[in-house]
Amino acid sequence: MHLFKLIYRNTFRHKQRTWLTILGVTIAILAFGILRTLVNAWYAGVEASSSVRLITRNSISLVFPLPLSYKEKIQRIPGVENVSYAVWFNGTYISEKNFIPNFAIEPESFLEIYPEYVLPDDQKAAFFRDRGAVIAGRKVAERFDWKIGDTIPLIGTIYPGTWNFTLRGIYHGAEKNTDETQFFFHWNYLNESLKKSLPNRADQVGIYIEKIADPDLAPRVSEAIDETFKNSLAETLTETEKSFQLSFISMTEAIVVVIQLVSFMVIIIIMAVVANTMVMTARERIGEYAIMKTLGFGGWHLSVLIFGESLLITTIGCVFGVALTFPSAKIFREHIGTYFPVFTISLNTMLLSLAASTLVGIMAAVAPAWHATRIRIAEGLRRIG
Amino acid sequence: MGNRKQPIVEIRNLSKSYRRGSEVISVLENINLDIPEGEFLAFMGPSGSGKSTLLNLIAGIDGADSGMILVGGVDITSMTESELAYWRSINVGFIFQFYNLIPVLTAFENVELPLLLTWLSRKERREHVEAALRMVNLSDRMDHYPGQLSGGQQQRVAIARAIVTDPTILVADEPTGDLDRASAESVLGLMALLNREFGKTIIMVTHDPHAAEKAHTIITFEKGILGAPV
Ligand SMILES: Nc1ncnc2c1ncn2[C@@H]1O[C@H](COP(=O)(O)OP(=O)(O)OP(=O)(O)O)[C@@H](O)[C@H]1O
Ligand SMILES: [Mg+2]
Repeated sequence: MHLFKLIYRNTFRHKQRTWLTILGVTIAILAFGILRTLVNAWYAGVEASSSVRLITRNSISLVFPLPLSYKEKIQRIPGVENVSYAVWFNGTYISEKNFIPNFAIEPESFLEIYPEYVLPDDQKAAFFRDRGAVIAGRKVAERFDWKIGDTIPLIGTIYPGTWNFTLRGIYHGAEKNTDETQFFFHWNYLNESLKKSLPNRADQVGIYIEKIADPDLAPRVSEAIDETFKNSLAETLTETEKSFQLSFISMTEAIVVVIQLVSFMVIIIIMAVVANTMVMTARERIGEYAIMKTLGFGGWHLSVLIFGESLLITTIGCVFGVALTFPSAKIFREHIGTYFPVFTISLNTMLLSLAASTLVGIMAAVAPAWHATRIRIAEGLRRIG
Repeated sequence: MGNRKQPIVEIRNLSKSYRRGSEVISVLENINLDIPEGEFLAFMGPSGSGKSTLLNLIAGIDGADSGMILVGGVDITSMTESELAYWRSINVGFIFQFYNLIPVLTAFENVELPLLLTWLSRKERREHVEAALRMVNLSDRMDHYPGQLSGGQQQRVAIARAIVTDPTILVADEPTGDLDRASAESVLGLMALLNREFGKTIIMVTHDPHAAEKAHTIITFEKGILGAPV
């Protein structure tokens, strides 16, 4: 026999109590994992951003456009390697529920600046060739079961009418955190149409995207761009892609902070629950601890028993909890996945769950172990009988 | 009876009191006692007279206020808590009124428990445990849990646990206090056997005159004062 055997037997002495506590830990770790993943998903856009990309927008607001004529001027600014532009189209596919981020872009320069959107060469060529073409991310294509050659209609919201596109390519992400839910089509297609129907909205873009030679150039180039358009009709605001993404997120950052707080509160609550179980357990066993002390076992041995039992409970709960995080994340992804292009459980989250459950196991055992270590034998024995 | 051999336990000017709030209750006052090796000693006397207190002091599970206790020539009153724990694991076998077995361990595992503190190999431990259980006639109940054994059987397992480390002294606090006549008889017979055949020094607290009969010497307590050995 080994002391570990005693730990195991002690743990499952009150089966119902132990399993209920384990269930509590499981649910807590599951909640913790999902909440952490949610927070990570929120920030994924930021992490996926490149430090050699700048975004230029209208300095008043993102909703105001910039003239197409800026492209040439930006191109000439030292440090700028390539310029592209995009328009937030905001079309709806069949129903409002099917949220797909969709943009009108300038294909060649855009794909050059975003090498993480990977397309087979033939699909890329087909996309460039056909002005009514569109490429979609792997996840959207799978979600709506789109095949190359399909005609996909979007209902315009900002730009009225029904717009038909032909799917010429399906891109996949070069990185794990690359957004595979987007939909890109030719800016020209939009612009030609606007020239006829809404000429005053033609020849405009939403944002410019600049590729710079070196991340260190970002402040200088940004300044130079904004300086160029100072006192013109549309003044610009240029920032790194990361701060551009963050400016979106900051709108909801308060919520993210709350989610983070809740995820830690869940851990504190379960700490109280496990501590309660351990206190009850240790109190019942004071007599047995006294016997063991009588036989020559020290406070150290009793601490091993108590910490061991507490950690066994939290570790089992953690394993179940983490295991359940995967199917739960899958369900999550299927239902609201398009709002979070990347919703995967990171190794970091799993390690954090393990760390949290270990911390819970340790904290819950501190008081009982301290008490058991200090109990005087003669007193402890008195409680038996 | 008595002084056949060198004393294994020597108690000198031992005092012990308990504090209950501001009140100090003196339980033992200036006790002197020699217990020879191989003795089978019984403490008797009214409830609250300090029998258990003295036994616990001799066994090193409680601390004295003043005085000295030498066991095998070693002063245990000057030991630190961890020194005492180690000393107990080697020198003292305990038998209590309520058997005090660990309910989630089998008879075998309960007897093995004190051996986990030794450097014995698994195989050696097994041999010791089997020998001890054979001694108390429970070889066929090794895999039973305490809840599956009668009171008398549980107390015999406790005796096996007490002797498995081959201690210097055996202390027993009302070992038959919770047993019926027949079980008590078998437990007492076993203790007498350990004393007679294996030369174990036994110190026993009891209320039962029948149990005391098995002892060589009876010391009667009266409010912390020891009567003369009888
Ligand atoms: N921890 C303690 N705190 C306060 N008083 C105590 C404590 N332990 C024992 N006493 C008191 O010391 C006295 C002697 O107790 P002890 O247990 O030694 O008696 P005893 O002779 O074994 O009695 P019994 O035959 O009932 O077992 C009693 O008055 C008891 O109340
Ligand atoms: Mg007593």
